[in-house]
Amino acid sequence: MSFVTRGFGGRRGVEAPPDRVPPGQYATSDFPVLSAGPTPRVGLEEWRLTITDTRGTDVSWSWDELQALDHESSKVDIHCVTKWTKLDTSWQGVSLDTLLADVDLTGARDVLAHSYGGYSTNLPLPDLTGGKAWIAHSYEGEPLAPEHGGPARLLVPHLYFWKSAKWVNRLVLLESDRPGFWESYGYHNYGDPWREQRYTGD
Amino acid sequence: MDGERHLDGNSLGGTLWDLFGREMTDEEGGCGECGAVGLLGQLVVYRDAPGEVARCSSCGAVSIVVVPTPDGLRVTFESIRWVSVGAGNG
Amino acid sequence: MAGAAIHGRLSWLVAEVAGLVEETPRARSLILNCPGWTGHRPGQHIDVRLTAADGYQAQRSYSIAAPADGERVTITVERVENGEVSSYLIDEARVGDRFELRGPIGGYFVWEPGRGQPLFLVAGGSGIVPLMAMIRARLLTESGEPVRCVVSARSLEDVIYREELQRAAARRDGIAVTTTLTRSQPEGWPGPSRRVDREMLSELGWPPSERPLIFVCGPTGFVESVASALVGLGHEPERVRTERFGPTGG
Repeated sequence: MSFVTRGFGGRRGVEAPPDRVPPGQYATSDFPVLSAGPTPRVGLEEWRLTITDTRGTDVSWSWDELQALDHESSKVDIHCVTKWTKLDTSWQGVSLDTLLADVDLTGARDVLAHSYGGYSTNLPLPDLTGGKAWIAHSYEGEPLAPEHGGPARLLVPHLYFWKSAKWVNRLVLLESDRPGFWESYGYHNYGDPWREQRYTGD
Repeated sequence: MDGERHLDGNSLGGTLWDLFGREMTDEEGGCGECGAVGLLGQLVVYRDAPGEVARCSSCGAVSIVVVPTPDGLRVTFESIRWVSVGAGNG
Repeated sequence: MAGAAIHGRLSWLVAEVAGLVEETPRARSLILNCPGWTGHRPGQHIDVRLTAADGYQAQRSYSIAAPADGERVTITVERVENGEVSSYLIDEARVGDRFELRGPIGGYFVWEPGRGQPLFLVAGGSGIVPLMAMIRARLLTESGEPVRCVVSARSLEDVIYREELQRAAARRDGIAVTTTLTRSQPEGWPGPSRRVDREMLSELGWPPSERPLIFVCGPTGFVESVASALVGLGHEPERVRTERFGPTGG
């Protein structure tokens, strides 16, 4: 091991019940901003969310159309692969169950989520359904800030937070899985924090 | 503006040295996406991420991605088409 | 030749804190003794790595503040809010403490005396650190290149190396330093009090026809606006060398 530095204590986390902090994580009261590129600036007038089915048919919602759908509030714990965990975060948005109800799911096994700015991430379709995922546009009662993914981001808290694609604008339903951004650069294809699936091969 | 969260390729100097065994920030590279040629030290680098993402300063395409894993660095050369090694002279 | 280790492994060395200088309320210089150090060139930086007892590591880059001097390496660290490494180096590190570093790193953000070209240095906040290594090298070698330096800081007490810069300019040896204080100025402040802009760069620098070598260092936003203003004034982009510190790190 490397030379240990006297007096360096490493990260200062906050107290948290151990059964809510996955292995290798520490609880934080911050909300760090992580970004792989410039922050997209998307006006609400131009914002669109599109779901493309396996036959290539698109279903789209404008911002106003999204706002008119049934909304849910959720309080969830989020876990970033860079080891911070934030408990009890509050979000408002539309459940993927609501959106997918208008989509032909024939042949769909996996989903590739795309974002304004070029980011992408992949998940199995079952991980987006059954009350496990939302398109979230508000955080702690305020409109989601651009650096945290606003106007809207995907929220899938049971997986590492890189799967909760910021600036989401398209979900492509696939018959077979394809890796997204971090998955193709060395991160785990699925990303379950409770099994500590951080990197390919974990 | 992206909130000024990026650095330049000088910040990747140590990592590039690990990869190439020599100073690389004053070496040239060519972008496979747009064809621009520039010094590696001038790549636009995002380090607040699960990995370091270096992008072409002309077109923004992802050039190099460095992911630190417990077993070492995993490096992807995405759209950097070529790098010169040995031409730099500081 | 100092710092000529272009090839070979960039190994982690263990350095010991030999001295500390509280430069400003937010910045401190650490004078390190590093056995195995083979030298460096002005403008280069080191990577510092701290390891906690549980194995957790944090690593940051710091510019070297002074020219090569045997096994001595001096860095100047400015406090970064919530910065785990900068707060260790500023609040905790004591003379005698040891930690790992590697270097020198840096290929083109490097200046060495003796090339005879005019030198234009533009610093935002802690961006003065690598440029100070260049100024100190210029003074030590008495190489004679004309130097013009623009330093931007929030207030007078935040100007790192303030007195040394004043003395360098007072020597009437071809070194000019102008400081602009962007947030607060002392009563009767005679200098500029706005952000570095195109007009200031044009007035205080050289015209492009003189082909100065230009180094710009500081926060990312500062560097980008200054670099683009310089290119807009007609300076050749290849002669405008930049190093962005960004809001990250610390």
